[in-house]
Amino acid sequence: MTAAGADLTLRHPVERFTLDNGLRVVLAPDRSVPVVAVSVYYDVGMRSEPPGRTGFAHLFEHMMFQGSANVPKMEHARLVQAAGGTFNGSTHQDYTNYFQALPSEALERAIFLEADRMAAPAITEENLRNQIDVVKEEIRVNVLNRPYGAFPWLQLPGIAFESFANTHDGYGSFVDLESSTVADATDFFSRYYAPANAVLCIGGDLDVAEAEVLVRRWFDAVPARPAPPAPVVGEPSPTTARRGVVEDPLAPLPAVAIGWRVPDPVNDLDTYLGTVLLTELLSEGDASRLERRLLHTDRIAVGQSSYLGLFGDPFDVRDATLLVTEVHHSADVGVERVLTAVHEEVDRVATDGVEPAELARVQARIEAQLLQQADSVLGRTLGFASAELVHGRAELAGELAGRLARVTPDQVRTAAAGLSPDTAAVLELRATGGSK
Amino acid sequence: MSAPVLDMSLVPPLGEPRPALVPEVHESTLPNGLRLVVVPRPGVPLVELRLRVPFAATARTAAAHTARASVLTGAVLMGTAAHDQLEIAQLLQAHGGEMSVSDDADRLLFSTTMLPTGLGPVLGVLAELLTSATYPGGQVQAERDRVVERIEIARSQPRTIAGTALATRRYGAHPYGQQLPSAALVAGVTPAALRKLHRERVRPAGSTLVLVGDVDPAAAADLVGSALAGWATEGTAVTAPPVPPTPEQPLQLVHRPGAVQSNLRLGGRAPGRTDPQLPALRLASMVFGGYFSSRLVENIRERRGYTYSPRSGVEHLLAGSTFTVEADVATGVTGPALMETVYELSRMALTPVTEAELDSARRYLLGTMALGTATHGGLASTLSALFGAGLSAEWLAEHQQALLTVGIEEVTEASRRWLAPAALTAVVVGDADQVADQLRVLGPVEVSAPAAEARP
Repeated sequence: MTAAGADLTLRHPVERFTLDNGLRVVLAPDRSVPVVAVSVYYDVGMRSEPPGRTGFAHLFEHMMFQGSANVPKMEHARLVQAAGGTFNGSTHQDYTNYFQALPSEALERAIFLEADRMAAPAITEENLRNQIDVVKEEIRVNVLNRPYGAFPWLQLPGIAFESFANTHDGYGSFVDLESSTVADATDFFSRYYAPANAVLCIGGDLDVAEAEVLVRRWFDAVPARPAPPAPVVGEPSPTTARRGVVEDPLAPLPAVAIGWRVPDPVNDLDTYLGTVLLTELLSEGDASRLERRLLHTDRIAVGQSSYLGLFGDPFDVRDATLLVTEVHHSADVGVERVLTAVHEEVDRVATDGVEPAELARVQARIEAQLLQQADSVLGRTLGFASAELVHGRAELAGELAGRLARVTPDQVRTAAAGLSPDTAAVLELRATGGSK
Repeated sequence: MSAPVLDMSLVPPLGEPRPALVPEVHESTLPNGLRLVVVPRPGVPLVELRLRVPFAATARTAAAHTARASVLTGAVLMGTAAHDQLEIAQLLQAHGGEMSVSDDADRLLFSTTMLPTGLGPVLGVLAELLTSATYPGGQVQAERDRVVERIEIARSQPRTIAGTALATRRYGAHPYGQQLPSAALVAGVTPAALRKLHRERVRPAGSTLVLVGDVDPAAAADLVGSALAGWATEGTAVTAPPVPPTPEQPLQLVHRPGAVQSNLRLGGRAPGRTDPQLPALRLASMVFGGYFSSRLVENIRERRGYTYSPRSGVEHLLAGSTFTVEADVATGVTGPALMETVYELSRMALTPVTEAELDSARRYLLGTMALGTATHGGLASTLSALFGAGLSAEWLAEHQQALLTVGIEEVTEASRRWLAPAALTAVVVGDADQVADQLRVLGPVEVSAPAAEARP
């Protein structure tokens, strides 16, 4: 373990307890700045949605900002912002989170707000219709009205996976969104928003004993409900190559995304850490293999990136998960040439391995990136929260720098050997609109 | 089923605030004119580096300068007298760093993070980039080709189309009107032109190097002094010419056939960082549309569902600050959305805000200033911008003080001067066949095609 990795672990002790209603609570004190972050993670994400209700996890996230038993519409935002804080929520593959970062004197207020909506969000017809409209505008901004909208995260899973959980559109079809009812929302809340299905994680400028008193004061009263059964999102590894095409009339240049199944990020974490470093080795920065090959040696790409998990956080996803390499290339470069170059670079790692010096540089870089994330109270708190929810151990977030520093060249080579062209899913984006 | 009104007796009161941390700022100036700002602070074991170099275009050379700058930001990393592109990247990576070089209308910014032991080596690489970047021909050509393609991608984004249209409308031939370089000019950029631009403009005069984090001020000053002593001494900083007044113009509708949304943009002048009216204007912008608790969000998002993320804000460029309003709305409600936006702006200018609105905005601005400077990176970027504007770290405390004293009347005064719809330039990007008639109800409309450009 490097010195910095050790320091990160030591300086952020984690305390945890569970309330009678099943809510898991994680406290991560650090009093160096007068800022506190309060987050609630519910174990329900896009992959939990049933057929006919695509996009519902995200739509429901919006409903959680529409007021609650003691808080009128708009007042959640006002109470946080008027205390000098910021807030947001986001829907992921495997969870939905809500968070605020505030001056530490507003800690109890944020706890009150999260408890109030965990107990009783304001699910009304008027709020639901309003938020369906807002979500449709969000989808228009991010997907329909712009080039490369949601490429490849909305379309690649459809060819990379088999099960409905993994393949469906997590933003939701307009048909499904518009047909959503208050009864659907109430059922969804009742099933997935039980305290026993959530983690409350508070980080930053807090005293552990005082914070526990505040948490119990407001969350003990939230009625217990059974947690739903653990979602089944794993599926067998693919045995064939799959191809798909998406036509984008707004895009001026083509692009391609390659998705490979990777080891189970939770139950096979040690193997997966090799894949995490491989991803960095392939694509992070000017020294990376694909940046050199595609942009500087062959000069066939405008930009490239690789990441784990559809939204780029390798540690907040469960199996089944992809390593995605995305390349934007010139129209006069055929997609096959790009694919060949990518596969050759992966094969080079699998065949020749990695020099320890190159791996050490990649490890230094990823350590710095993890430290940067941990420098903000909010970033650190969200890291602890997702580690607790997905991995069952908040402490993991503090240990990652150290564990990544111990990954060997052989582990990276093994990870590369798993990325075969014969089992890859390839999604081409064709720019069909022609140049303006 | 939510409470119709908020019963504040149920809401836990705020505790005693802890005093804001005052950053420990160590300033010095090197013999070559470079200002050095070092801030040691607790937190993670990293150092954040920001080198800001004045890089504005002159009025005469704006188009060519913007084109060259767009290539220089990538090409400066492509080789020095001692190292090639890969070696430079590896030297930085070994210390957890990755140099990013960006430009805007005022400056060039070199920025990276690093592990603390990397300070000396990273400064060594920075010195090489500043004093001996080679701009090798083959790589510059490849970078140029990539920039041309990236410009094409950027020009296909509706938000970019809207932003560039508003800038052109507001600034005309002033360099600030050049938001995106011309692809044709980029295609003609030569290594020789980049070397000349670098020689003339990448200068210590007017530049500021900021280091924040796990750093010892005295040791850092020594390292910087020896690493950057060889950076040339001659030359003076160029700043952008004054921004001319914007002529009164009808709303511009940029036709984007088939668009399923319209991008509304309004922009006008705003007081600068040292203008005594800035605190009142920032508060007015918050109450109007600057955060979720604002009137604009409540109206066109939470009441009417017209849009996902409407917002207003104040941005500072050295030759003139800007107030902007943005909303991306469904095509069918383009007219109503603009009507509500203009209504809310007018209400700000003509009627007083409430005490509660003002207090909320004030606490939010103070809180987010504290949050924004509570990380190494956030503080480094904030200080880099302040020093680049000729100010110092004290500006932060002074501005906080000033925000505390603004009253309702001052907010109305600032709104009347800066937020009045008549003072703003308006652009809409959308399907003119569907929205032009709606918009004409509100005033004259001038329809135009997007600023298209053939590929060279």
